[in-house]
Amino acid sequence: MAWTRDEMAVRAAKELKDGFYVNLGIGMPTLVANHIAEGIDITLQSENGMLGMGPFPFAGEEDADLINAGKQTITELRRTSYFSSADSFAMIRGGHMDLSILGAMEVAGNGDLANWMVPGKMIKGMGGAMDLVAGARRIVVMMEHNDKTGGIKFCATCTLPLTGSNVVDVLITDLAVFERADRRGAPFRLIETASGVTGDEVRARTGAQFT
Amino acid sequence: MGKVYDTAAVALDGLLFDGMTIVAGGFGLCGIPEKLIEAIRVHGVKDLTIVSNNAGVDGFGLGVLLHSRQVKKMISSYVGENKEFERQYLAGELDLEFSPQGTLAERIRAGGAGIPGFYTRTGVGTKIAEGKEHKDFAGETFILEAGIVADLAIVHAWRGDPYGNLVYRKTARNFNPNAATAGRVTVAEVEELVEPGSLDPDGIHTPSVYVQRVVLGHDFEKRIEQRTVRQREIV
Repeated sequence: MAWTRDEMAVRAAKELKDGFYVNLGIGMPTLVANHIAEGIDITLQSENGMLGMGPFPFAGEEDADLINAGKQTITELRRTSYFSSADSFAMIRGGHMDLSILGAMEVAGNGDLANWMVPGKMIKGMGGAMDLVAGARRIVVMMEHNDKTGGIKFCATCTLPLTGSNVVDVLITDLAVFERADRRGAPFRLIETASGVTGDEVRARTGAQFT
Repeated sequence: MGKVYDTAAVALDGLLFDGMTIVAGGFGLCGIPEKLIEAIRVHGVKDLTIVSNNAGVDGFGLGVLLHSRQVKKMISSYVGENKEFERQYLAGELDLEFSPQGTLAERIRAGGAGIPGFYTRTGVGTKIAEGKEHKDFAGETFILEAGIVADLAIVHAWRGDPYGNLVYRKTARNFNPNAATAGRVTVAEVEELVEPGSLDPDGIHTPSVYVQRVVLGHDFEKRIEQRTVRQREIV
C-alpha cells in the first residue's frame, strides 16, 4: 500500500542526522519537522532570514515580524538567530546547509529537478528553490510517484523547465525511496518500497532508469 | 544634519520621478515599508520598476501600486497571492523579471557594495541562465548575474535614530538591510525613533551612512499573511 504523506515525512526525517542544519521547503516537506527522532538535534533554517525556527505560536501570541518562508507565523527558540536575506542565501549558496528537503513536479534519472513552472500557466516564481538546490549539500525530494492522472513524474528527462540540473540525491515518493551515490553519473538505486509495493510495480510507474 | 522628516510624503519629496527604479525591503508582507508605499501611491509617480522579493497582495503592500497602475516592471522571485498582478501580467500590461531569491538578494547586496556582477551556481542549466555569460571555476559552471543599484531604496526598520542608524526586528529584517545599501537615496520608515546614543553601536544592523532620510510611522498595519497557531496541550 502506498505511503501517506505523513509516512513519507517519517521516512524523510530519517535523512536528518544529529547536528544538521536543514531547510525544509514549503508544502509536504514542512511535515518532516513533526517526525524528527528523539536524540536527533536539528536546526531549521528559514530562508527569509532565520536559523532555529520554532513551532507555530499559541493563539494570541502571533507576531507579524516572525514568519517562515511560507509566510506562516512561527516562534523562536533559545538558539535562534536572525540575519538579512543576503546573509541567508550566503549560508545556502556557500554550502553551509547540510540538507534541504523540497517538493517537486518532476525528477529525472540524471538528478534534474523541476518544481517551479508549468508553461502556459501563470508563473508564481521560483522563490528560493533554485538557490537551495544549487547550494545545500544534500537534496532530498518528496513527491507523489505519479500525478493525479497516473502520469510519470520520475522520468527519463524532465519535460518541465528545470529548477536545477543534476541536483537530487534522494527521492522519496509514496511508493518507494531512491538514492544515488554521487552526482557524477551514478544511477538512482531503489532502496525501499512501501509495504506490498513490488519493484515491478514501481518500474511500471516510472520513466527513469534505476537499479 | 536633519535626516528626520515629519511624514512619509515629505520624506519622499523631490525623490520621485516617472520611470524610476525603486528597491524595497520586505518578505511577503513582513517588514515592508508600508507607509512609504502608500505615500508613493498618493504621489502618483508612474512607470516604476520595482525590485522587491514579492509584489504584495491585493490591496496591501506593493499590491496598491499595481492596483493604481503605477508599476511598469517588477523584479522579484515570487509573485503569487496577487490577482491584480496576475491579471496585468497575463494582459501584457506588466513586465516581470524573475530572479531567484538568493540571486536577487545578492544582486542588491552587490549593487550596494559597488560590485557590478558576480558568478553564481544558482540557475545553471535552467531558463534563468539563458543569455547569461557562463564561466567555469575549478571544473564547475557558474553564471554571471548583475548587481542592482536603484534610484531610491525604501525600507522598514524597528528602531532608528536621527542619524539614520537602523535596527530591524526578527524576520522583518529580510531584504531591508540589503535594500538600504542599494539606493542612490535611501528612505527608512521606523516604528520607533530613538534618542541619539540609545542604540547599542554593536547592535546596529544598518549604519547611518546608507540612510539619507528617516520618518517615524504611526499605526502600522503589519498584516499577517498566514496566521498559523498550535493548540495548548491540556494538562
